[in-house]
Amino acid sequence: MPTRSAGFQISCSAFLDAAGKPIGDLPEFARNKDTLVALYSAMVKTRTFDSKAIALQRTGQLGTYASSLGQEAIGVGVASAMTDDDVFLPSFREHGAQLWRGVSLKELFLYWGGDERGNDFAKSRQDFPVCIPVASQFPQAAGVALAKVQKGDPGAAVVVAGDGATSKGDFYEAMNVVGAWNLPVVFVINNNQWAISVPREDQTAAKTLAQKAIACGIPGEQVDGNDVIAVQAIVARALTRARAGKGGMLIECLSYRLGDHTTADDASRYREDAEVSAHWQQEPLVRLRNHLVATHGWTKEDEQLLLRTCKEEVEVATDTYLATAPEPARAMFDTLFAKAPADIAAFAEEAENG
Amino acid sequence: MAELTMIEAIRAALSRAMEEDPDIIIFGEDVGIDGGVFRATDGLFQRFGSSRVRDTPLSEALIAGMAVGAAAHGLRPVAEIQFTGFIYPALDQMANHASRLRNRTRGRLTCPMVLRAPYGGGIKAPEHHSESIEALLAHIPGLRVVIPSAPARAYGLLLAAIRDPDPVVFLEPKRLYRSTSEAVEDTGEALPLDKAFVLQEGTDLTIVTWGAMVKDVTEATLQLAESGISVELIDLATLKPIDRATIRASVEKTGRCVIVHEAPLTAGLGAEISADLAEHCLTSLLAPIKRVTGFDTVMPYLRLEAHYMPDTARIMDAARNVMEFS
Repeated sequence: MPTRSAGFQISCSAFLDAAGKPIGDLPEFARNKDTLVALYSAMVKTRTFDSKAIALQRTGQLGTYASSLGQEAIGVGVASAMTDDDVFLPSFREHGAQLWRGVSLKELFLYWGGDERGNDFAKSRQDFPVCIPVASQFPQAAGVALAKVQKGDPGAAVVVAGDGATSKGDFYEAMNVVGAWNLPVVFVINNNQWAISVPREDQTAAKTLAQKAIACGIPGEQVDGNDVIAVQAIVARALTRARAGKGGMLIECLSYRLGDHTTADDASRYREDAEVSAHWQQEPLVRLRNHLVATHGWTKEDEQLLLRTCKEEVEVATDTYLATAPEPARAMFDTLFAKAPADIAAFAEEAENG
Repeated sequence: MAELTMIEAIRAALSRAMEEDPDIIIFGEDVGIDGGVFRATDGLFQRFGSSRVRDTPLSEALIAGMAVGAAAHGLRPVAEIQFTGFIYPALDQMANHASRLRNRTRGRLTCPMVLRAPYGGGIKAPEHHSESIEALLAHIPGLRVVIPSAPARAYGLLLAAIRDPDPVVFLEPKRLYRSTSEAVEDTGEALPLDKAFVLQEGTDLTIVTWGAMVKDVTEATLQLAESGISVELIDLATLKPIDRATIRASVEKTGRCVIVHEAPLTAGLGAEISADLAEHCLTSLLAPIKRVTGFDTVMPYLRLEAHYMPDTARIMDAARNVMEFS
C-alpha cells in the first residue's frame, strides 16, 4: 500500500494593506505609537543610507553596492524582533537589520567602501558580517545554533538570504539538520522576486518558497515582507518557538527589489518599467507612514524632522568614512592567523615596502 | 608506553582533547555509534555521549559550514569528512569562510576548527576514495594543512591542530592507518604545526616527502644506503605553512633534492618546494631537483592503482639519477 504523504497549507500573514489600513486587529506592540515611529524611523534611515551609498558609488567613492530599496521592512522587522542573545547572519541586503542591531553607518560605509574594518562591529559583536557567497551562511547558522544548544546559551540564530538562495543545496542541507536536530534557527527569505536577472517563477516550480521547509520537517510560512509589523510579529513568534526548544522555522517575506541587483547591474535589460512602477504602490515606507498619519497623528513636521535627522546622521557618517585613511598594506596579514607563520612576516614586509 | 597504530593514535588524541576541553565536539557521517568507517572515533560516542559525538545527515557542505558557525561561537569542532573524494562540497566553506573569517572581521570572529579526512591510495578502495588533494587545500590562504606519517606524529600533530586557534585541515594517509604501530605516549603533548621532521640525517641527498610516501621513501633510503648513498629524509608533515627553512638548510648541506608525493605532478606541492629551492639555494645545488609523483591523470581504480603510485623503484631511480648528474 502506498504511503500517504502529509498535505500542507502555507499561510501568509499581513497586518497593514498597501494603503496602510489595518487588516483586522493589530498585534499589541503595533498599537504603541513610539514603537511604530521607531520602526518607521529605522526604515527611513535605511533608505537614506541606501541612496547615499548609491550616490557615493556613482561618484567613485564606494565599491559595488547592493541596494535594499523596497525591502527595508524585512531588515527592520527581523532585527526588531531579535535580542542581544540572538545571532544574526545576514546576506548582503540587510542594511536595515544591521543598523538596528547596532552596526554603525560608518561601519557599513567602510565595508561597502572595501575596508574590512567595517566588519569589526563595535556593537553586536556576535553577529556575522555580510555573506557574499549566496546561501553559504545557512549551514553556519546551524553551527551557531548547535553551539548555543551545546553551551546552554540562550537565544537563536537568525539567517537571511534572497529567493535565489533557496535553490542552493546549502539551504536544504541546513534546514534538514535544523529539523533533524531540532536546532534554534529562524530562516528568513527575502523573496524580492529577482535573483539578478532570473525571476522567481524561473527559479523553482514550487508554488511558495515557504513550503520548502515542509520536506525538512519544520514549519514554513509566508508574510507580507512590505509590512514591517507583520515581519516583526512572525519573526518574534518564530524566535519564541526556537527559544522554547521547539526548533527552527522558515519565513518567506514577499517583497520586491525596486532597485538594481547591485550598482553593477542594469535591471532595465531584463524587466519592464511597468512592473517596477506597479510595485512602487506596495512599498513598505508609505504604508506605515499612512498608518501613522491616520492613527497616531504623524504630522508633516514630524516627517520633515525625521528626514532631516536621518540625512544629517548619514552625512556625518559619510564624512567620517571618507576621512578614514586606509589601513597600512600589512593589515592584510595582521589577522590572517592568531599567530602568523614565518613566511607571513616576509610577505607583510614586501607588501608594505614594495 | 603503548604500541599504537595510527588510527589508535588518532583516537587517543581525540579522546585526550575531549577530556581536556568540554567545548570540543566531533561530528561527521557515521562517527557516532559506528565509530567512523575507519574507527577513528570508536568508543567516543559511548564515552562522551551523543551530544559531543554527533552523526550528521549526509551533507558535506553542511558539516564544514556548521563547523564554521559553531567554531565562531565558542565550540571547537573536529569535523570528519568520510573520504577526500567527498570533500569538494566542503571546500566552499573552507575557502570562503573558515580561512577568511578572522581576517575579514579583523579578528572579531574566529574559526578554531579541524576538518579531518582520510586521503590517498593504496588500499584498493572504491572509485573516488583514493585521491590526494593536499595541494588544492594548501593553495587556500588562511588554512593550515597537516598530514601525519606515523602514529606518534599523528597523535602530536592532531592535538596541535585541535588546540590551534585557526582552521586546520588534517589529512590522514589511510594506507598507514593500521600498517605499523609504534610507541605512543599519551602525555597530551602536541607537536609544532610549522616544523618539518628530519627523520634521518644524511649528507648526499635530501628527500622531501609526506604521508604514506614516507614509508616507501624510508625503504628506498635503506637500499640507497647499501649502495653508499646517504639520504637526509624530511617528512614535511605540515604542508601549509611549509617549513622552508628546514628544507633549505638540508639542501644547502647535501646539494641534491628529490621530492616525492602521491598527488599528480603539475601544480603539486613538489613544484612549490622545487621553486623555493631554485630561488634560494641555487648555488648549493649540484644536480637538478627531481620530483617523483603520481601522474597527471585521474586516480585509477584498484586494478591499475599500483601503477600510479610512486614506488620504491621509481624513488631509487630518481635518487640515482640525481646522484649521477655531473
